[in-house]
Amino acid sequence: MKDAALPGPTAVESFAQDAREGWLSWVSSVDHKQLGIMYLLGAFVFFLVGGVLALLMRIQLAVPNNHFLSPVMYNQIFTMHGTTMIFLVVVPLLVGMATYMVPLMIGARDMAFPRLNALSFWVQIFGGLMLYFSFATSGINGGAPAVGWFAYAPLTETAYSYGPGVNYWILGLLGIGVGTLTAGINLMATVITMRAPGMHIRRLPLFVWMTLVTAFLIVTVMPILNAGLVMLLADRLLNAHFFRADTGGSAVLWQHVFWAFGHPEVYIMVLPAFGIISEVIPVFSGKPIYGYEVVAASTLAIAFLSMLVWAHHMFAVGLGHAFDIFFALCSMAIAVPTGIKIFNWTATMYQGRVRFTTAMLYAVSFLLMFTIGGLSGIAFAVAPIDWQLTDSYFVVAHFHYVLFGGTAFALFAGVYYWFPKMSGRMLDERWGKIQFWLTFIGFNLTFMIQHVLGMFGMPRRVFTYPPLPGWEAMNMISTVGAFVLAFAVLVLMINIVISLRSGEIAGDNPWDAWTLEWATTSPPPPENFTHVPPVNGRRPLWDLAHPDRTDEMLARAAG
Amino acid sequence: MPGTYSSNAFTLAPASPQAAAISSLFIGTLYFLGAILILVTGLVLYAIVRYRDRPGAPEAKQVFGSMRLEILWTAVPVLSLAVLATFMVRTMIISDPPSAGARPDVRLIAHQWWWEIIYLKSGATAANEIHIPAGKRLLFDFRSADVIHDFWVPALGRKIDVVPGHPNRLWIEADKPGTYLGACAEFCGNEHAWMRIMVIADSPEQFAAWIKQQAAPPAQPVTAEEKLGAKIFRDRICTNCHLRGVGPDLTHLATRRTLAAGAADNTPQNLAAWLHDPNTFKPDSNMPDFKLSDDEVRALVAYLETQK
Repeated sequence: MKDAALPGPTAVESFAQDAREGWLSWVSSVDHKQLGIMYLLGAFVFFLVGGVLALLMRIQLAVPNNHFLSPVMYNQIFTMHGTTMIFLVVVPLLVGMATYMVPLMIGARDMAFPRLNALSFWVQIFGGLMLYFSFATSGINGGAPAVGWFAYAPLTETAYSYGPGVNYWILGLLGIGVGTLTAGINLMATVITMRAPGMHIRRLPLFVWMTLVTAFLIVTVMPILNAGLVMLLADRLLNAHFFRADTGGSAVLWQHVFWAFGHPEVYIMVLPAFGIISEVIPVFSGKPIYGYEVVAASTLAIAFLSMLVWAHHMFAVGLGHAFDIFFALCSMAIAVPTGIKIFNWTATMYQGRVRFTTAMLYAVSFLLMFTIGGLSGIAFAVAPIDWQLTDSYFVVAHFHYVLFGGTAFALFAGVYYWFPKMSGRMLDERWGKIQFWLTFIGFNLTFMIQHVLGMFGMPRRVFTYPPLPGWEAMNMISTVGAFVLAFAVLVLMINIVISLRSGEIAGDNPWDAWTLEWATTSPPPPENFTHVPPVNGRRPLWDLAHPDRTDEMLARAAG
Repeated sequence: MPGTYSSNAFTLAPASPQAAAISSLFIGTLYFLGAILILVTGLVLYAIVRYRDRPGAPEAKQVFGSMRLEILWTAVPVLSLAVLATFMVRTMIISDPPSAGARPDVRLIAHQWWWEIIYLKSGATAANEIHIPAGKRLLFDFRSADVIHDFWVPALGRKIDVVPGHPNRLWIEADKPGTYLGACAEFCGNEHAWMRIMVIADSPEQFAAWIKQQAAPPAQPVTAEEKLGAKIFRDRICTNCHLRGVGPDLTHLATRRTLAAGAADNTPQNLAAWLHDPNTFKPDSNMPDFKLSDDEVRALVAYLETQK
């Protein structure tokens, strides 16, 4: 009888319920909640695969002159690790979160285009399978692509990568690219057209705001990657000459095309994470977000600037000082709106009532870890420092602080925050705190030392290294950290399994949160809401609970 | 295991004016960024400790923001980044001085997975180990024979990509005689890891002697074994690659400190092991395993050891 708190289904709902049961109904689903969960689960499977690849790399690098992996194998593994984590883990996790939460947060019944939603997901999954099929290609030149996730030409040309691996990489990414692009279009249309009455654009929850900006970024830059991929495929299969310098093409052109997509992609992977943080910190501080308009506007500034900074990946190419200075200044400028966000999140906690749930622990450590990644990013914007440190382990440390310490920590916060809504049960907080501390320690152990390793001259993407002073010990520390981190992932899996079976029943609004997704049951019914509460401000459920002190009244009283 | 890796490749131990300029900018920037990190960490920790939820704590005051603070934390970063940018531009000029109009002294051609070095004035050639005269700056001209590589010797200054179809130039110098280590820093295929660089700064006299030796023909084989080695070298298609820029020119191999672009010390034992099976030091490189017999290896080693 422990489910008694959940409302019993009516006759119509139970019919819908039947149609939703069994795995076949998942496969044929166009429901945003099922698709959102499938996005998250699919990405989690790829996360485990990408994590195993990372562990293999760290084993290989634990000691100098190691023969655990052959160079070709190592190069395939780091290529697949990067490609997987970016295209099959981080982006789908964020898109999946948005697919699940955005319609609920704006009071809609589903996405604008439910069938397109299913298409986006399945095309993305098949793209991923296509990419991994490359491992099954045999022969002396078979195997996965071994060119890095950035796939610099002319190494990717048939003259240097004659196996089919790169073709699978291109076709897989095209599939994933189409899936992401259509998901972007769908999210954009959903936020623009499906909002509940009263949900003005200036009242959108910040997660929705940042998803909207991300969707615009996706629609703007994904086609650049897809075009570049087709050009590369033409070079490889049709003997075209886009990127072959010896026959009139340009190797630098690929870098422009790739990074014109690739740098905005970094913000595609980080803006929705900012959105999660902008939801979690206010709720667990018991205060509204500090400077809502500024946090939202700074997102627009970041998105705009993100398209003007791509060539900071190319400072070492030797394109001239004037060129480098332009992109260095734009890259420094992007630190300003990012810093504004950090200060506003911190100010939100100030004078609040900070509840240390696991979600909040992740959100607070996101602030610190992302600040480290952002600051080392400023170092890279300073061109001469980049000239020394780019393509060294310092970069590896930098972007893992952004994408793991930043995005992944925010995603963990989001999982602990929204798991009750998605499953109806709380994620266990005791296991959650164990997982948090293991992740925090394992992450810093793995990547902090890599800053130093880069400063001591260790290049990236090397399958082994000579025993230069300090390198041996630093690499061993990093490997140990990676295993702690892997153990933390196991704890998360245990927690999810235990909590799904016997977790505390969540109820509609276990965190005393204020946005619309908490105004319906957990998990929400197929149509999301029986009725959507009135939206007269940014925190509809606050207004509902405090009719004498609504946000509008509070704001007016504050002047 | 190469015993030659006693010196390090630390970015903050500069050995040239170019590297020194970057190093001091880097240290200054680290202090600046460190201060911000301490500030943010302090604010966050203060907020979560001071305002942690306690039993019976009152409801938090509902505050929506402050335009004055927003302006403050926009303006201060803008101004400090502007200061950083001026230091940056100054450092760029010092650490990568203009080279327009100057004639290059050395051409460096990057190959999968080794470096070809051509001294343009004397015509001397070398591989993987770059000798320069200490205290004198030389203009390097970087070309790639295949894919993109990157020249990076941290103690001497900035790295520069070596891009096919896009020649680059860079002034290289070292303040004092010594050995400075570096590596290819752009992923270039199978053996990217063993595409290491050694820059050896000699005194001017040593450098002059060295370049004279490299430009001169090597000693002729004398003993029967050495002559047999020379014959094998010619007949067993070694020269198909090693005289045509596919593999390094071995004319003065015996004067080099390492084999296979830094994968092993240059000793007769290592040379023999390398000839027996190139996978020992550098698996999946372009050096084929010719299944040489022990006698052939011994003769080749004897011959190559005469190549000074």
